This record gives sequence, structure tokens and C-alpha cells, in this order.
Amino acid sequence: MYEGAVQDLIDELGRLPGVGPKSAQRIAFHLLAADAADVGRLTAALQRVQAEVRFCVTCYNVAEGEQCRICRDPRRSLDVLCVVEEPKDVVAIERTREFKGRYHVLGGAISPIEGIGPDDLRVKELMTRLMDGTVTELIIATDPNLEGEATAAYLARLIAPMGVAVSRLASGLPVGGDLEYADEVTLGRAFEGRRRITA
Amino acid sequence: MYLRHLQVGQFRSWETCDLALTAGPTVFVGRNGQGKTNLVEAVGYLATLSSHRVSSDAPLVRHGAPQAVVRAAVRRDDRELLVEVEINPGRANRVRVNRSPLPRPREVLGLVKTVLFAPEDLALVRGDPTERRRFLDDLLVSRTPRMAGVRSDYERVLKQRNALLKTARLARGNALATLDVWDTHLTELGAQLLEARLRLVTALAPHVSAAYAEVAGPGADAVGLGYTSTVPLAGDGSPLAPGAPVPGTAELTAALRARVEERRRDEVDRGVTLVGPHRDDLVLHLGPAPAKGYASHGESWSFALALKLACLALFRDEGENPVLVLDDVFAELDQGRRTALARLAVSAEQTLITAAVAEDVPAALQGARVRVADGTATLLTP
Ligand SMILES: Nc1ncnc2c1ncn2[C@@H]1O[C@H](COP(=O)(O)OP(=O)(O)OP(=O)(O)O)[C@@H](O)[C@H]1O
Ligand SMILES: [Mg+2]
Ligand SMILES: [Zn+2]
Repeated sequence: MYEGAVQDLIDELGRLPGVGPKSAQRIAFHLLAADAADVGRLTAALQRVQAEVRFCVTCYNVAEGEQCRICRDPRRSLDVLCVVEEPKDVVAIERTREFKGRYHVLGGAISPIEGIGPDDLRVKELMTRLMDGTVTELIIATDPNLEGEATAAYLARLIAPMGVAVSRLASGLPVGGDLEYADEVTLGRAFEGRRRITA
Repeated sequence: MYLRHLQVGQFRSWETCDLALTAGPTVFVGRNGQGKTNLVEAVGYLATLSSHRVSSDAPLVRHGAPQAVVRAAVRRDDRELLVEVEINPGRANRVRVNRSPLPRPREVLGLVKTVLFAPEDLALVRGDPTERRRFLDDLLVSRTPRMAGVRSDYERVLKQRNALLKTARLARGNALATLDVWDTHLTELGAQLLEARLRLVTALAPHVSAAYAEVAGPGADAVGLGYTSTVPLAGDGSPLAPGAPVPGTAELTAALRARVEERRRDEVDRGVTLVGPHRDDLVLHLGPAPAKGYASHGESWSFALALKLACLALFRDEGENPVLVLDDVFAELDQGRRTALARLAVSAEQTLITAAVAEDVPAALQGARVRVADGTATLLTP
């Protein structure tokens, strides 16, 4: 244990995903030794995301303002919706330039181990968006791993009675992986070859 | 195949060890606790990414060191493969083959093939079903590397499903609404694992009988293998007839599905998954009785040995020639069994043997000798 302020910093860093106690300590001491200007920029960046970045009220992508760039763009079609786990997946799919519709960000995938069920995801919000019949096709682009597949199967079953065509990204994505790590060409192809799911 | 070169760093008691090896038998000799088993354990780790002695990786790393490294040059036909594993307890291992990193460590499984026999294998006969399931699954993965993915996905589904069943007991609204989705994963992956295991047991059974007869000598009881499953279709434990038909994946999926539905209430009550290959067992029959609980000490040893020798024979059938590792076993066997084992072991392309007393190793296996003492391993040239 260290003196108050240092220990507080280590504790806070240790709460970040992927940062263990050892790394937290390393980062903390790195920051202690860093220039005031560097630390100032980091502090400012943290405060700016806090103050300015919100989740889009429509799709839950990150946004500066009420709605994200994609939801505000009138050229994006309203009838196709792509469901992803995280905002970083939106970025990955946008890189392929294959998709011209809009998104819905769930905020994760079903994973009982982590205590995440459908109620902890933005599933109700998705159902509400589908209610008025504007959306005619839904592409489920959750990660190609067990949790992503489980989430896709759950959504497909839930949405089937609504008369919306549901498809899943074609295989060819590295199984067991993360969408964000798939290269653009593979991801683009997976989009083109998406398969209709009949639940 | 054979190991032409073995290097370890910060592995168990070894700071470093750098050893040239040859085809044929090599005996590692040295007093107790000098690190003989540690060396062959490292060889086994390259093949299976696990130890035959411990279930976690932490004890494999030398006290005080952050990680261990095992590296081997493996010859197979006229190709040479350089396989390198960095063991990082608590974090992902790193594996390189011919100096290129593999995206996932488990892709190394099946590249180096070993059959390892050690005193711990007595647990195959006397221990819990877990031991026998691990035996089958390790062998599956080593023969069909694709099964590594099925196995780890199945284990993950099981954890997810158990977590869900546990929370479902506290009934938070529609917790069970997602159970169906996990049932699909469970039954599809479970059926693949089940079918592969059944095919394996059927293929292994005649080899086990033959090896047991050879090891135990004339007049010994006949042995057989059976399989018990949570779906009766996949086996009731009675000895499998040679060439018995194995149900297909679709049939097994349906059977698992039906059983899952039957047992739903029990599963929710108890908060665990009660159906699937994680509850199955390989049944070892000795004469008219199950080996477990009936076999004598010597019979148990012979059975365990027969299981391992059957693995060797099965690989041979498929044109593979794995490295045979015999860890501390000769001291435990009587003269007849030593000779029988030696007769079978000389045919392996490479046999790595550890012994505290060199004289315990039969003459037929006295090949190259490595002296292990005080943290060094020295190849003695005869
Ligand atoms: N992680 C570790 N760090 C340092 N030393 C270790 C570690 N793990 C095991 N050892 C040491 O390795 C030694 C055991 O080595 P090993 O099991 O290879 O012996 P052996 O030569 O096979 O002996 P025996 O003839 O009794 O079977 C023990 O002295 C043990 O303390
Ligand atoms: Mg030993
Ligand atoms: Zn938006």
C-alpha cells in the first residue's frame, strides 16, 4: 500500500478493463514521473469525453450531441438496421464502406457468467425502434463467438414474429474472435454474403 | 517423429537446459528430485499444453521467474519443425512454430505427438471420471486438432449455461428465456464431442485388449471398454463390441435435446447442467467386473499401461509415430511387465525414459543416457 493519493490512483486504474494490479502500479508511477503538460493533456481528454461525448439517443453509438453522425446523415437508409455489440464495431463496419443503413448498439452480448442477460442490453430499445415498420431488414453483426451467436439467436427468435427479415453475417469471420479484429475485406465479404435466419 | 533438440528455460527446477537428443531410447538417470521428470514434463507440455502432474501452469514456472520457455526441434520424416512455447501463468501462453507466432496457442496441439506414461496414470483406473474424460479428450485433440475448438467451446457453453441456471433459481423475470439459446449450443457441441469420443473408444478397445494381454501375460483376465452417457443412446457402460456402430451427430443432437427437455426442471432446481458429455465416463472392464474397485494394484497398473500403449498403437494405425515418454515407471513394474513394456517400447521412433536407478530399465531400452544432477543434464557418450 502506498500513501493516499498514489494508492487512489492505482485503485482507479486497476478498475479499468484489462488492467491488473501490476499494470495499474506501473501506469501510476509512469504518470508520477511524467511532464505536467502530458498529464494535463490526459486529464483534459478525460474531462472532454465526460462533458461532450454522449450515447446517441437513437442508436446508442457514441455521439457528440443528441444524435450520432450516422443517425443525423440523411443519406443513410432507414429501412436496414445493423445490430452490433459495441460502438467499436460500428467503426469496424464503417471501414468496409459496404453498409449504407443505420445501427443499433446493444452495449454487449448475453453472458450469464458476467451476469449479462437481455435486460442488461438495449434489447427493449431495439424492439421499440422496430415497432413502426420502417425497418424491413435487420442484420445481426454480433461477434463471431459463443456469446455473440447466443445473442444473435435470441434476437432472431424475438424478432421473427414482427415480420422483419433477419440475417446474420456470413461465416468466414474468424470464429471465436472479435468483430473489430476482422480485416476490412473479410468483414465486407461477410456483409455481402449475409444469411437469412429463419427462427 | 523424434525430438532432435530440447531446450528449457525457467521451467520447474531448471534455470536452463540445452540438450541434443537422438532417435531410439534415451534414459534420464539421476537421484530423486534432480529434475528428470521436469524435463519430460516439458516435452509433454509441448504436445498437450498441459502437464501430466498439475492442472494449473503456475508450478511449471521456476520459483521467482515470470515465465518459462520450452523449445524443441522436432523431426518428422525429413522435415524439421521448431516449436516454442512461452508459459505465462494467469495470462495467455505464446506459441511460435518455425519462429512465426501462432494466432492462438491451441493451434499447436497435434503438431508434436507424444504418448506419456507416468505413475499419475494409475488415476485412469482408480480415479474420478474426470481423469478418464480428460484422457479421451486429450487423445481426441491430438488425433484431430479441430476438436480442441469443440472441446473449449463446449466447456465455455457449460459455464455460461450453469451461470444462467444458477441465476434462474433466483428467477429474475425472463432469465430462462435465453436458456433455449444455450441449449442449442450445448446439444450441438455436446453431440460432436460425444460422437468423436464414441468413435475413439470403439477404435481404442481392441488395442487395449491386445496391450493388456501382452503386459499382464498368459492367464490374465480379458479387458474391455464401455462408455456411459447421460443419453442412453450413446452407451450404457457395457463392453463395446468391436466395430459396434456409432450414432451420428444429428441423432445424438436430437437425443441430447430430448434429454435436456426431460431434465429441465431438475436442472433449474439444482442450478447445474445435468445432461451432456461432461457427465459421462469411460468404463474399464476387467473380466466380469468393472476395474474400478475390483482390480488389484498390479492389475490397475497393467490396465493404465495398456490404455497408454493402445494410444501408441492407434497412432501407428494412422501412420503417426509419436514420441513415447515413460516417466518413473520401471521401478513400479515386476520383471515380467518390464520385459513386456520394453518389447512394445522399442518399436517407438523415440522413447524418453526417466529412472532413479538405471538398472531398473531393461537392457533393450538402454540406449543413449543423460545424467541429471545439480541442475545440469549431460549426455553420456557410451
Ligand atoms: N516451479 C519450481 N521451481 C523450482 N523448483 C521446482 C519447481 N517445481 C518443482 N521443483 C523442484 O523440482 C524437483 C523435482 O524434480 P523432478 O520431479 O523432475 O524430480 P525427479 O528427478 O523426477 O525425481 P524422482 O526420481 O524422485 O522422480 C523438486 O526438488 C522440486 O522442488
Ligand atoms: Mg520423477
Ligand atoms: Zn445514432
